[in-house]
Amino acid sequence: MSIPETAYELAAVVREQGVRAVDATRQCLDRIVALDGELHCFLHVCGEYAIARATEIDRAVDAGHDPGRLTGVPIAIKDNICTTSSPTTCGSKMLAGFVSGYDAHVVECLEREGAIVLGKTNLDEFSMGSSAENSAFGPTCNPWDTSRVPGGSSGGSAAAVAARMVYAALGSDTGGSIRQPAAYCGVVGVKPSYGRVSRRGLVSYGSSLDQVGPITRNVRDAALFLQVIAGNDDRDATCDRRAVPDYINNLTCEVSSLRIGVCQELLGDGLDSQVREAVRHATSQFVDAGATMVSVTLPHAKYATACYYLIATAEASSNLARFTGVHYGNRSANSETIEELHENARGELLGNEVKRRILLGTYALSSGYYDQYYRKAAKVRTLITQDFEKAFENADVVITPVAPTTAFPIGDKVNDPLAMYLSDVYTISANLAGVCAASIPCGFDTSGLPIGLQLTAPAYCEQSLLAIAQTYESHTDHHLQTPPLIGTS
Amino acid sequence: MVGARKPEAVGGVGDSVRTVVGLEIHVQLGTLTKLFCGCEVRTDAPPNSCVCEVCLGHPGSLPMLNREALELSIRAGLALNCEIAPVTRWDRKSYFYPDLPKSYQISQFDHPVAENGFFEFEVGGETKRVRIRRAHLEEDAGKNVHDTPGCTLVDLNRAGTPLLEIVTEPDIETPEAAYAFCTELQRLMVHLGISEASMQKGQMRFEPNVNVVITRDGVEYKTPISEVKNINSFRFVRDAIAFETSRQTDAWEADNGYVLGEKPNENRGWNSDRGVSDFQRSKEGAEDYRYFPDPDLLPIEIPSNVVARFRDDLPELPVAMRKRFLVEYGLSASDAETIVSCRATAALFERVVSLGAAADVCGKQFVNVWASLANARDVTIGELGVSAERIAELVTITVGGMINKSAVSKIAEAMVDGDASPTALAETMGLLQVRDTGATEAWVDKALSQNEEAVGEAISVSKKAKAATGFLRGQIMKLSEGKADPKMVGEVLEGKLRELRGE
Ligand SMILES: [Zn+2]
Repeated sequence: MSIPETAYELAAVVREQGVRAVDATRQCLDRIVALDGELHCFLHVCGEYAIARATEIDRAVDAGHDPGRLTGVPIAIKDNICTTSSPTTCGSKMLAGFVSGYDAHVVECLEREGAIVLGKTNLDEFSMGSSAENSAFGPTCNPWDTSRVPGGSSGGSAAAVAARMVYAALGSDTGGSIRQPAAYCGVVGVKPSYGRVSRRGLVSYGSSLDQVGPITRNVRDAALFLQVIAGNDDRDATCDRRAVPDYINNLTCEVSSLRIGVCQELLGDGLDSQVREAVRHATSQFVDAGATMVSVTLPHAKYATACYYLIATAEASSNLARFTGVHYGNRSANSETIEELHENARGELLGNEVKRRILLGTYALSSGYYDQYYRKAAKVRTLITQDFEKAFENADVVITPVAPTTAFPIGDKVNDPLAMYLSDVYTISANLAGVCAASIPCGFDTSGLPIGLQLTAPAYCEQSLLAIAQTYESHTDHHLQTPPLIGTS
Repeated sequence: MVGARKPEAVGGVGDSVRTVVGLEIHVQLGTLTKLFCGCEVRTDAPPNSCVCEVCLGHPGSLPMLNREALELSIRAGLALNCEIAPVTRWDRKSYFYPDLPKSYQISQFDHPVAENGFFEFEVGGETKRVRIRRAHLEEDAGKNVHDTPGCTLVDLNRAGTPLLEIVTEPDIETPEAAYAFCTELQRLMVHLGISEASMQKGQMRFEPNVNVVITRDGVEYKTPISEVKNINSFRFVRDAIAFETSRQTDAWEADNGYVLGEKPNENRGWNSDRGVSDFQRSKEGAEDYRYFPDPDLLPIEIPSNVVARFRDDLPELPVAMRKRFLVEYGLSASDAETIVSCRATAALFERVVSLGAAADVCGKQFVNVWASLANARDVTIGELGVSAERIAELVTITVGGMINKSAVSKIAEAMVDGDASPTALAETMGLLQVRDTGATEAWVDKALSQNEEAVGEAISVSKKAKAATGFLRGQIMKLSEGKADPKMVGEVLEGKLRELRGE
C-alpha cells in the first residue's frame, strides 16, 4: 500500500495497520536528507527520537490501542515553540543550544494524538521578519524557486510542508507569519482567533497578537490539526474557555447563502496585478458557485501597519528584555559591570532586525512618548477591530490577497525594512482585531510561483472559515500541485 | 518630641520645624504558593529549589494569577477602608537586574486593587488617622547573594512571591506616630491572616519618605524628600525618621537653597549600627520603568457583590477589638493587647468567656499561664490542644476557690499533656483546696499554738499587728501544704483573733 499524501488519510491507514508509522516517518526523514541541504527548512532534525516514537506508535496499534487522531503523522514544529525533544533557538544566537524544560501546550496536544515530531523549523529571529532571512542560522529557500524566500517568519514550516518533508507543521502568526509563508509556498495556513490556541510554550514576540496555527497540504488537514491544538489551557490566562466545535465533520457550507465580503480599497496600489487577478478570479469562482458578493470597507486598515509596528514592538521590547546574557546566551568575556554584560550580550547575540524592533518598542513605551505612540496605537487597534465587526454584519468572510506579491528573491528587501514591513499589509489587521484568517492556494503567477487567497472570518468562527476554505478548495486543484524539485528528489 | 523641635531651637517666635512622613510598606502575602505560578513560598529552602519555568521567566512561560493573593489584597484594602477597584489590571515594570529574571516585574500601575482609604491607630493615648493612597499587588524579585568573593549568585526562590505594596499619604508627623502606625499595621496583617508579617523573615518592609517643613519668619521652606529604603524594624523606622528630621534641618540651616524642587529627592539606606542614613542615589532624572499593561494577563473584574461579601466577612479589627475587650471584659490594656494580638487566641478567649468563665480571671490565665505554655511550644494557645470547655473549667474552679494560684500553672501544664479535666487533675495531683471548716480550724489552731509571739502581736493594737496576721496566715497555708482555701483561712483566723482579743 502506498503512503497517503495527507495527514487525515495517513492517520487512518496507520491506525488500520495499512501503513506503518515507521515507514511514513522514514520517507519524510529521507526527503529531509535529500532536500534540506538545499532548502534549509530545519534547524534541528531529531530522527532517532522520531523513529523511536513511530516504533512505539506502531506497537500500540498492533496491541489494539488507538494512539489518536494524528496516529503516525510526521510533523515539524517552528523553532519558537518549546520542545523537550530538541533545542528551541528562535533562530537566535541568544538561544543557541537552549533546550526547554517543558513542552509547549500545542506540542503536548499533538504528541498525545500520536503525531511524530521530526524536528524544528527555521524562522526569522524571534519571528521578526517576513522572509525567514533574519534567522541567525541562515535563510530558508522557497521550494518552488530556491532563489526566492519562502516568506516568514514561519518560512521553514511552510517550505517543509510544501516540499513534502512533513505532513504538517506548526507555525506562529503575529502579523501574518503563518499565512504569508503559506501563500508563498502554496500550502494552507490558518491563524486562529486570538485565544483559541494556548500560547504556553510559544516564545512570546507580541503577546497580544501571537497565535499558533497549522500549516498543511490541504484544508481538511488544517481542520484536523486545529481541532487537536485548539481549546482551553488553564496555564494561559489569555486562552479562551469556550468549547471547540467539530471542525473536521463540518467542512461543508451552503454556498447559496454565503456572503463573500470584498474590500475594494485593499485591491489598489502596491498590489501585483497577477495577484489581484487571482483574487478576483477566486471571488468569481465563489459567485459562480452561488455565493453573494458584498462590498465591505475597512476604513482603518491603512493604519494597521503603523499600529502593528508600535504594539508588536512595544510588547517585544518587554518580552525580549529577559535575554540579557545573565540567564541566557554566552557572556561576553570583556564585561566589567553588569550593564556592560547586558550590553555586550545583547549587542553580540541579537540580530539587527531584533535590535531595531526592541529599540522601536522601547521608544514607544518611554515616558513622554507612551501616550503619543503606544496608547494611540491601542486606540487605532480598537477602531480596526470595530471595522471588522461592522464588515462581518454583512459578510460571512472577507476575501483579500495574503501578500501584495508572490515570493520575492532572497536578499531583495533585506536592506529596506520598510518595504519588508509593507509586505504584511493584508495580514496584520486580523492579528490586531483578534479574528481568524486562513491562506489557501488560489493559483500561480507566470513564473510558476504560488499565490495565496486570504479568507478572514469573525473571532471564534474557525468552523465556518474552514468550511468556506474547503468549499473553495474542492472546486480547485492548486493545492495538489507540488514544487518541481520534489520530482527530482 | 523628636519630630517637632521647639520653636526657640531654630529662631524667633512662631518659627517651627515640622516633619512630614509618608510610608510605603511591602507586605508579603501569606499564600502557600507564588503570585503567578504554583511554586511554594518558602524562606528556608535550598537556593533555587522553589522555582519553575514561570518564576524563572523561561521563554514561552505564562503567568496565571493566584486567586488567593487577590482575595487577601481585597481583604487588606477593605480593612484599610479603601475603595476596591471594580476592574484591576496588571502592568509590567521594566528594569534590568540579575534577580529579576524577566527583566520586568508584574505589578499594578494605574489600576491598583485598592485606593483612597485610611487607617487609624493610637499614639500616646490619642487616635490618629493616616490616609491610604493605594494598595497594589506585585511579584517580588529574587535575591542576589554576594557572600562568595568575586561573584554574585542569584537565588530565585523568592521571585514571584506575592507582595502587597501599601502607600500612605504624607500624614505622619512624628517618628513615634510612624512607629505606632507600623506596629498597628503589622498587627492588622497578622490579625486578618493576610501575612505572617514577620520582621525577621523580611515579610514586612518599610520605606519612609521624609522631609521637613521649616517655618522661618512666617515663610515655609520644604526640604527635598528622602526615601529611606527597605527597613525591616519598627525601631529603625522611628530612628530613621528622627535622623532625617535633624539631618535635613541641619542641611537647610547650612544652605537655605536645600529645598524641594531646587535640590533633588534622594534614596537613602538606614545604617542601624551607626544610627545614620547613607546617601544611595539621587532621584534626579528618575528611572523610566516603561509601565504598560501586561498582555499575558487579563484585567480582573471585582463585582460589587463580591466586595460586599468580603466586607461582611471582615472580622473586627485589632484596634476596635482591644477597646471592646477593655470595656466588655474589664481586661487591663496590656492583657487586652496580648490576647488580641492573635485573632485565634482572641476568638478562643471569647468562646471560653461565653461558656461562663469569669472574664477577668480568664484574661489573667490567658496571659500568665496559657501564653507562656504556648510560647514554650512555639504554638498559639488554640494549638495547645486544650478545649475551650476545659479552659473555662479551670477558670471556674479557680474562681470557686477550689485551687489556688500556684496550682493553676501546674494543672494547666498537665491539661496540655493529657485529656483529663482540670478538676480531676486537681484531685489526682492533690491540689484541691480544702474547704472543710473543721480541717481549716485544726490548721489555724495548730499554727496559733506554735507561734505565740506572733499571736501576741497580732492581737495587739501595735503597728506590727497586720504583719503578724500575715505571717500567721502564711504559717497556716504552709501547714496545709497549700491545700487550704486562703479565703476561708482568713475568715477562721480573723474569728480566732477576735476571740483572743475578747471582742
Ligand atoms: Zn514558579
